[in-house]
Amino acid sequence: MSGIISTDVLIVGAGPVGLFAVFELGLLDLKCHLIDILDKPGGQCAELYPEKPIYDIPGWPSISAQGLVDKLLEQVAPFKPDFTYNRMVSSLEKLDEGGFRVTTDENEVFEAKVVVIAAGGGSFQPKRPPIPGIEAYEGTSVFYSVRRMEEFRGHDLVIVGGGDSALDWTLNLQPVARSVTLVHRRPEFRAAPDSVNKMYAMQEMKELEFRVGQVTGLTGADGQLASATIKGGPDGDIEVPCTRMLPFFGLTMKLGPIAEWGLNLHENLIPVDTEKFETSVRGIFAVGDINWYPGKLKLILSGFHEVALMAQAAKRIISPGERIVFQYTTSSTSLQKKLGVSE
Amino acid sequence: MTKLTFIAHDGTHFDVDAENGSTVMENAIRNAVPGIEAECGGACACATCHVYVDEAWTAEVGEPEAMEEDMLDFAYDVQPNSRLSCQIKVRDALDGLVVRVPERQG
Repeated sequence: MSGIISTDVLIVGAGPVGLFAVFELGLLDLKCHLIDILDKPGGQCAELYPEKPIYDIPGWPSISAQGLVDKLLEQVAPFKPDFTYNRMVSSLEKLDEGGFRVTTDENEVFEAKVVVIAAGGGSFQPKRPPIPGIEAYEGTSVFYSVRRMEEFRGHDLVIVGGGDSALDWTLNLQPVARSVTLVHRRPEFRAAPDSVNKMYAMQEMKELEFRVGQVTGLTGADGQLASATIKGGPDGDIEVPCTRMLPFFGLTMKLGPIAEWGLNLHENLIPVDTEKFETSVRGIFAVGDINWYPGKLKLILSGFHEVALMAQAAKRIISPGERIVFQYTTSSTSLQKKLGVSE
Repeated sequence: MTKLTFIAHDGTHFDVDAENGSTVMENAIRNAVPGIEAECGGACACATCHVYVDEAWTAEVGEPEAMEEDMLDFAYDVQPNSRLSCQIKVRDALDGLVVRVPERQG
């Protein structure tokens, strides 16, 4: 992608608090662009527990997490926010003329007058399986996603996990790899039954091998894997050839590159003041679960309050000198116009 | 009140009084038992409240349901007596239950 994407406010994280920030900023005529590492809006609500009910959203005695996300998307739709998914923010640079330049892990460049970090528990990243010494092989023999199938051509591939990613890649890489061993700690799978059946059929044909157990050890040298030890299966401990490994152990949350942005940190959280929810850098705000202040509660409703106050402060930075008239959506014709509900 | 014992990875015992109907995870958090993280807050969505049920209690505690089994795939060093403590509800029959906290959560 070429060219710089300009926006008033760049919001890092499209969870419930990031989404509601669009609303509060939109009422003040500020245009927002959201970046999220997931492939969809909603953050933890959408990724971890979409069907679970939430009981402490004011006015909603019970609402499912996905239901809340859907309602928030509906609520912010009048402000036409832009979304960039599957991206992690990497670097941030302060611009001389004011504002910030933010680059993603795929080298898209954003310029914004204000940056709002609404990154919750951090960015979702693949979980590293508990195999001693695995770090030494990451990026050379061990991969957590498949960018190019050619990387696996002619290799003895071990795939670990029981979900759709594990099964899909087992089936897709089987024709490319020299051998494929799928390892899962039990014979039941979370993956789609159709893929599981196909896998078992290929095992019958001896086109791949499925082993129950856990990978507990690796051998190799200089980042190049040679074999993996599998324990806990019916055959006892066995060693299988392994020159490429794909572990699929779900996602965990990490603060990631934001930690390198020069903001003051408090145990992986970002301290803010409780008037503006601004970080130690003017023009960068932090809202929701990722911020910290005395008395902080990690509640969605606290995040909603935080973005309302943050928006006022962001407006003062972006439009200095402009008088901000405090208005209610219930009665203000100008706010209703922005929401597209005026007669 | 039902008595529960958590044994932390360093061997420290935590004896707690638990209310029936609460989850084993909630009692660990209330009593600051080290090693139980419960990142998702009890939604069976993260596998960071993983415990080993003492062998004497596995039959009474019972087997995990399918959703919990799925989530256990993401836990560290899963054993046949592994459970997610947010999915075990305290009841009279569990008076005296002993669970061990693994070396780490994921």
